[in-house]
Amino acid sequence: MITIVNYGMGNLGSVFNMFKRIGVEARIVDRPEDLQAAKKILLPGVGAFDNAMKRINQSGFLDVLNQKALGEKVPVLGICLGMQLLTRGSEEGNLPGLGWIAADTIRFPNQNGLKVPHMGWNLVHPATPSPLTVSLPDEPRFYFVHSYRVHVDDERNSILKCTYGVDFDAAVQHENIYGAQFHPEKSHKFGMRLLENFARI
Amino acid sequence: MLKTRVIPALLLRDDALVKTVKFSKPGYIGDPINTVRIFNELEVDELVFLDIEATTQTRKPNLRILREIANECFMPLAYGGGLHDFETAKEIFEIGFEKVVLNAACHTHPKVIEQLAQHYGNQAVVASVDVKKNFWGNYEVFTHSGSKNSKKNPVEWCKQLEAMGAGEILLTSIDKEGTWSGFDVDLTRRVSEAVGVPVIAHGGAGNLEHISQVVHQGKASAVALGSMVVYQQKGLGVLVNFPDKEKLNKALQ
Repeated sequence: MITIVNYGMGNLGSVFNMFKRIGVEARIVDRPEDLQAAKKILLPGVGAFDNAMKRINQSGFLDVLNQKALGEKVPVLGICLGMQLLTRGSEEGNLPGLGWIAADTIRFPNQNGLKVPHMGWNLVHPATPSPLTVSLPDEPRFYFVHSYRVHVDDERNSILKCTYGVDFDAAVQHENIYGAQFHPEKSHKFGMRLLENFARI
Repeated sequence: MLKTRVIPALLLRDDALVKTVKFSKPGYIGDPINTVRIFNELEVDELVFLDIEATTQTRKPNLRILREIANECFMPLAYGGGLHDFETAKEIFEIGFEKVVLNAACHTHPKVIEQLAQHYGNQAVVASVDVKKNFWGNYEVFTHSGSKNSKKNPVEWCKQLEAMGAGEILLTSIDKEGTWSGFDVDLTRRVSEAVGVPVIAHGGAGNLEHISQVVHQGKASAVALGSMVVYQQKGLGVLVNFPDKEKLNKALQ
């Protein structure tokens, strides 16, 4: 059973649909108390960094998320903005992030001819092996939409790399904390495999 | 490197998929759910659905069909047709679409575009711009499935749309739509050079050479295909298909 945190930011319908398709039980929770029993947590997110952190704080999810992730060490997967929230903070905002992984979220540099957001399908390359990324189909590609990118302090925490003008960390892991910058729920068989992997961890 | 997106643009009319020629003569293609299953199998980049009668008949989007589509499709999905207010667009997002396409509302309810962009991000808001050449050869922007002339100049209008918060522009040539005769490369280039957001060229695709032209000469960020992906060939029967990946990649290089 995967518990999807609904703190008011994100496309929960499509994540839920994909879990249904791959036969993984999932439920969406709106209240912090319903997160207490979670064995595995998915943190979605679309939108602005500060807005998301504000909502996590105001909705009362912050304490229980910290307890689950750092205390009980249940597997957590942050996707898109959800991955950026795992870092110490973002150049997009002023509020601190969850700080569960030694990384920062930084802006894409201004590059000639490259439009921001980085939007569309892009190839990824394996970095450090991780249970999240085992047996991905050949030439794995994923659907990305983001204007900021994650940069880990320790390369060992980078599990997938992607290039858009510059190299950046497309997926990260530190112990029980996982993040994917792309949208697995919108990435055909590649995303299905990744979410199946998460369900098996 | 980022792949140029090649997007089937599918037209909904009542419960069916149809294909038009120059925005008229809708021909029956098939059941939308069966069709999207095929596109799912073909692993297409993205899908755009446009309800061609929702605005002209002033009715709401067909949520039942859209919900079924979202349950079947694991790729980015966009929907347009009959969206004039925040609440209706919100319903579209909640069922699992990540982009909404607005056309007439950009003229009549510009505040809604701003609101949607603020709440869901610019990348979630696609402005659709339908363009026709007038008698003197000047481009004009039309709404309501090509039935109302706004008299606006497409380049100026697209700059305004970008300022309003549109994250992408779906640029359709009414004169070319359904004709298999190639995109309006000139129009696409003029708009692409004027705005910072991605432009999806739409209308006229008949072969890979056309796609290559509008990407390289027209500077389109993405292309939308209609007839090419629902018919065998011009004048032949319905066949849901998608260009061969290798040939397509070569055309886009």
